[in-house]
Amino acid sequence: MAVKDYIRKRFFPHMWCPGCGHGIVLNALLRAVEQLGMSKNEIVMVSGIGCSSRISGYVDFHTLHTIHGRALAFATGVKLSRPELNLIVPMGDGDALSIGGNHFIHAARRNIDITAIVMNNRIYGMTGGQYSPLSGYGTLATTAPYKNIDHDFDVVDLSVAAGASFVARSTTYHVRHLADIIKDAVLHEGFSVVEVLSQCPTYFGRKNKMGGAAEMMELFKKNTTPIGSKAKKENPELTERGIFVRNEIPEYCSEYDKIIEKAGGQIKERL
Amino acid sequence: MNKNIKFIQGNEACVEAALYAGLDFFAGYPITPSTEVAEHLSSRLPQIGGKFIQMEDEIASMCAIIGASLTGHKVMTATSGPGFSLMQEALGYAIMTEIPCVIVNVQRGGPSTGLPTSVGQGDVGQALWGTHGDHAIIALTASNHQDVFDITVHAFNMAETYRTPVVLLFDEVVGHMRERFFMPEPGELPLVERLRTSVKGGVDYHPYLPREDGRLPMSDFGAEHRYNVTGLFHDMWGFPSNNPGVVHGLIRHLMDKINNNVHQITRFKEYYLEDARTVLISYGSAARSALHVVENRRKRGERLGLLELQSLWPFPFGLVRKKCADARYVVVVEMNMGQILQPVRMAVDPPEKVFLANRIDGVFINPTDIRNILRLIQGKGM
Amino acid sequence: MGKPKLKEHIINRDWCKGCGICIHFCPKSVLELDEQDKAVAVRPEDCICCRLCELRCPDLAIEVETEEPKDEAGNKEAGSKN
Ligand SMILES: Cc1ncc(C[n+]2csc(CCOP(=O)(O)OP(=O)(O)O)c2C)c(N)n1
Ligand code: SF4
Ligand code: SF4
Ligand code: SF4
Repeated sequence: MAVKDYIRKRFFPHMWCPGCGHGIVLNALLRAVEQLGMSKNEIVMVSGIGCSSRISGYVDFHTLHTIHGRALAFATGVKLSRPELNLIVPMGDGDALSIGGNHFIHAARRNIDITAIVMNNRIYGMTGGQYSPLSGYGTLATTAPYKNIDHDFDVVDLSVAAGASFVARSTTYHVRHLADIIKDAVLHEGFSVVEVLSQCPTYFGRKNKMGGAAEMMELFKKNTTPIGSKAKKENPELTERGIFVRNEIPEYCSEYDKIIEKAGGQIKERL
Repeated sequence: MNKNIKFIQGNEACVEAALYAGLDFFAGYPITPSTEVAEHLSSRLPQIGGKFIQMEDEIASMCAIIGASLTGHKVMTATSGPGFSLMQEALGYAIMTEIPCVIVNVQRGGPSTGLPTSVGQGDVGQALWGTHGDHAIIALTASNHQDVFDITVHAFNMAETYRTPVVLLFDEVVGHMRERFFMPEPGELPLVERLRTSVKGGVDYHPYLPREDGRLPMSDFGAEHRYNVTGLFHDMWGFPSNNPGVVHGLIRHLMDKINNNVHQITRFKEYYLEDARTVLISYGSAARSALHVVENRRKRGERLGLLELQSLWPFPFGLVRKKCADARYVVVVEMNMGQILQPVRMAVDPPEKVFLANRIDGVFINPTDIRNILRLIQGKGM
Repeated sequence: MGKPKLKEHIINRDWCKGCGICIHFCPKSVLELDEQDKAVAVRPEDCICCRLCELRCPDLAIEVETEEPKDEAGNKEAGSKN
């Protein structure tokens, strides 16, 4: 199937600003799904609220656009009630790790087979540029006019600590790498986190004088390096990209099947 | 002893009824006095191949059951006041997206953490107006275990019929008390199953286009129709729209499908109302004491009657007006500051004949409390 | 695997928002913005069909059509600039 067969063309051009990284994540996600040869009917995309979360309206899957921060909780209900479906949950950084932080770590801890894609633009885009838990110390935002004194999370470290069995990072500059990582994440059985450094030229870029979309992507190229590279040893400031964790540990829904067996129940037929 | 006779808690009767109605997915978070619902379901659901999950909080529980309902399952969560507060945003989402689900609130005392192990009925108003924006909701209640069973089954039926969340407002006394209860045979109570679309795959399916009778046939997530579900105002395909006509139409649809069907939704019981001069109106465990008072006074020839409401929202204004038309006094018996008193006053003419007999101290309102208030109302002093 | 040969750049002018990403990162400076701020291929003969413009476009507005069946070249890791 061609990439464009996976989208709802009638809603294009989409609502995102020119150069918004979220569009590149959509692009890479579609390539990943196409390369995996997945059928549209087997995918459920669940999203919360934010610019990033609007991605669900554009893809021709079963799509559930929910409330701010809670997408993973809805997705848990969908997945556990119908484990044969493939769950993809794209989320904004605020959506995933501020209001939704608790659901995030608990979904990771359960190791339920869901692919969470954190579209990290380090800002609240939809509400107009307030700082997020990933903005980082010293950045500027409409609610940090002097400077931000909140420290940020490291999404990868947090996910690993919470028990996610697949954890990876890529950027909107490294598009082929990004599509490959999404493929691996979708194929992985268990909770997968893909952090994508994504640009919000409209708010984060402008507030922090980083230039336009292309310049912001140049920074992703400059400031990141493959995991364990020589460059990282020479310059520890660099952010690593690649797959950090890929563990084979029992997945939640298959564990629940064992509970059903133990209770003497019949696992309901899967379609 | 008949195998169908059980001696159990109200919370267990609720569990039995939910399973009878076809529940096969439950998500929840422990809270007194509702926890037994989760505990029982954690052992019962896997026995029938159903799913139980203890989520990280009540917000997540509410979200998870909505997700599971969308894939075609009958779902429920159970909580008490603080958890019910947390559920409100997602409850509004289920209303907006018309996803059937049942929420049990075993009420305890007071705002905030209040009185965790005591009884209260203070969440009645919240059940209706806890979530933001214009909407309608169905809230049901019961005063004994047999009724808990019937009303819980009714809740599932209403959720499926109107594609809406239904709140079961029980309370600590009903939830924890043990009493004899007769388990109905399969088929004894009617069950409403999910109305699924007959539109074949590949043919344009409108997930949000009501049929002529107002009902919305569903397609399970993961089945042949792919569509969008959003809490934004949406068109008949489920896609966001801020077209004023679409917005107006959807609000009207959400309210009308419930408010225009009050008769189908309403459940009540009446005792000695034919010639009652004083009508007690009560619900939940408070109605047990009210009934006790009525039966005692009747023995002495006093013309007292009881209207026991089993559905609180949508409020049965017509019913209450009719049943109270000939009464000299109407006394609402409840364990809050008058949350049902208010709509009763709106229903009854003149409103001045409506009084409140309540207790708000976490102590179960007993027949003596009601008798004392009746004496005051009837001008007999204490 | 032979080198793919360019047929044409299909640019959807309704979808292109003129963000300049494709232009900025094209290794052969094939693309430019026109006076309406839409991407156009001004030097198609220089195109090496790396598809990076297509993969990086946030608006799915540009497609590189080649003579070969598409997925060969499009999916190969080799030659990737990542
Ligand atoms: C409960 C609730 N609180 C606040 C909001 C307002 N709100 C909408 S999106 C958003 C943040 C969006 O930021 P992020 O999740 O990082 O996604 P982005 O828009 O940057 O893609 C906020 C605060 C809301 N919709 N719901
Ligand atoms: S505000 Fe930022 S995140 Fe939102 S669409 Fe615009 S660029 Fe993207
Ligand atoms: S990247 Fe896409 S949207 Fe941006 S200028 Fe190029 S074709 Fe247009
Ligand atoms: S395919 Fe590569 S060389 Fe050709 S226009 Fe696109 S980016 Fe430039």
